[in-house]
Amino acid sequence: MRISPTKFISLLFLVLSVFYLYTAYNIQVFAFDENAPFNARTFPIYLGWAGIILSSLKIILPEKVTTEVNHKHLDYKSIIYLIIISLIYAAVILKIGYFISTSLFLFASYYFLGERRWGLMFILSFPFVAAFMYLLHGLLNIYLRDPFLKYIGVMG
Amino acid sequence: MIEGILIGLSTALSLTNILMVMVGCFAGTIIGMLPGLGPMTAIALMIPITYGFDPSTGLILMAGVYYGAVFGGSTSSILLNAPGIPGTVATAFDGYPMAQQGKAGKALAIAAYSSFAGGTISAIFLLVAAPSLSKVSLAFRSPDYFALMILGLTAISAFSSKGQFLKAMMMVVLGLMLATVGQDSLSDITRFTFNNMNLTDGISFVLIVMATFAMSEALTIIFRGKDPNSAAKQISLTELGSIKVNKEETIKMAKTIPRSSILGFLIGVLPGAGATIASFLAYGMERNYVNEEEKQKFGKGSIHGLSAPETANNAACSGSFVPLLTLGIPGSGTTAVMLGALLGFGIQPGPRLYQTNPEIFWSVIMSMYIGMVVLLILNLPLIPYIARILAVPRNYLIPLILFFSVTGIYLMSFNNFDIFLMIGISVVATFLRLYDFPMPPLILAFVLGGLMEETLRRSLLISDGSPNFLWDRPITLIILLITVTIVGWQIFSTFRKKS
Repeated sequence: MRISPTKFISLLFLVLSVFYLYTAYNIQVFAFDENAPFNARTFPIYLGWAGIILSSLKIILPEKVTTEVNHKHLDYKSIIYLIIISLIYAAVILKIGYFISTSLFLFASYYFLGERRWGLMFILSFPFVAAFMYLLHGLLNIYLRDPFLKYIGVMG
Repeated sequence: MIEGILIGLSTALSLTNILMVMVGCFAGTIIGMLPGLGPMTAIALMIPITYGFDPSTGLILMAGVYYGAVFGGSTSSILLNAPGIPGTVATAFDGYPMAQQGKAGKALAIAAYSSFAGGTISAIFLLVAAPSLSKVSLAFRSPDYFALMILGLTAISAFSSKGQFLKAMMMVVLGLMLATVGQDSLSDITRFTFNNMNLTDGISFVLIVMATFAMSEALTIIFRGKDPNSAAKQISLTELGSIKVNKEETIKMAKTIPRSSILGFLIGVLPGAGATIASFLAYGMERNYVNEEEKQKFGKGSIHGLSAPETANNAACSGSFVPLLTLGIPGSGTTAVMLGALLGFGIQPGPRLYQTNPEIFWSVIMSMYIGMVVLLILNLPLIPYIARILAVPRNYLIPLILFFSVTGIYLMSFNNFDIFLMIGISVVATFLRLYDFPMPPLILAFVLGGLMEETLRRSLLISDGSPNFLWDRPITLIILLITVTIVGWQIFSTFRKKS
């Protein structure tokens, strides 16, 4: 039997709702609040049940409008590259600082999306990020933490 | 009211704020013009920049961005037949055929004049309606607010989901679930944090908006990159033609604008409806109003067909501010983002905003009008140049959107957990979008989640745990009956189509 992607997503949502409801019932509330008309559990419990009912209906009822997605038209390679680069960016931003990590992230993203005009890629990464940082930090007075630039004395 | 208008004008007409409206309109036009990116993304991307501003200036910037993005959406609809936002889909029906006939400049001018006129008329309605409704809404109690929020969430699910009501309702529940993460507002008990300290304060609203709109839209554009239906179309920017509108065309617009403005404003006020429905209804209504000869021109470059949806979508934008400013309950995804921004500034919109922060209340209303003037005077002549942004390759565009999204989150917390969380949510959102699970209901539910729990708590405590509060007050009952009607209509239409 072939299950449609929409019903599969609904099934995942059903599992999430069951887990959410289980966690909701296990929320520790104060003893005096245990039998109160409303405590920290009440709203999540309602939501858990609502999620279960809605996702079950979506699974059970026949689909009126089916969403067809042609997987041959989806660019999995580029999106996986972008997600990996973003994850690396998130992992290193605190260690090597905002300026270098962001500039490298932009440069790498341009490259993996197929860009090869090196000069433009450079301008739209390092000088662009520097200008943006100046706009935020220098002109708009929005604090931008960058331990590396602070260490080398560029930022105060 | 005159005093309020003067307060609003004095705030909105300060040099900084005029500059902000101009910057906002310009940035909004550019972002809104890019297919796939709409006002919600445009406003979300602006949130980090407003951190350093005072609330009025920040909101004025966002109001400018909102109008600019709607105008930009019309531009890509007319030039490329690729609407930047759903609200401008109907614009493409007659705008694109005009562009193909070499009258792109004229189509853009008609769109701009209609938007301006629609915005002007609806701004007057807003000036009158908002303070009156503020006074009325002071009579609202917790059960009424709770019912109103249920109505808003049901309505946005019914209207924004292209007939996929259950999917939209699932997104509502998901949004409410995400809103429950973190400390309970009354007891401070932590919920759904799984002992992770980073989740104790809950998930940030900016993070959710950035993940489900800005970042997810960027990923979707890349993901669908090989899809021939979504491939970037080319247009000769040198062949835009004249932007002059002749007398006959002006008369046609003059007939269309008043009725479309009224319809657009009324639809905009309704929770969940908004610009998309307003523009389609106005298009349909206009087709019924015109004579047989004009009717034949619809879909082939009709002035009425272009002017009606453009007028209505701008009027609906103003209308959608009515429930936000007077009740504190946003009626659409975009105003939900605005509500999040207001809360970020420490301002709780609602009936008392009119009394406690009149300068914000009025300056937002006045800045909308100034924004429309800016769009007409500055953006229209610049369209041939601004339109070149459509030629920016996605290889540069997408990384820059990701960069703005990540920067917005990093500026908030200087914590990479939030960036990881944003990437995770955006990947899930990208797949959900692929299968037509709408995101605006999720955003609206996330924004309203805390308030909804709070009003339910109060209602249940007052009624000692009994559900009687749902029908004790006539206002609550009426609102709930409207909600039941919407749900009933969805069920009925499902069975009708099946049979």
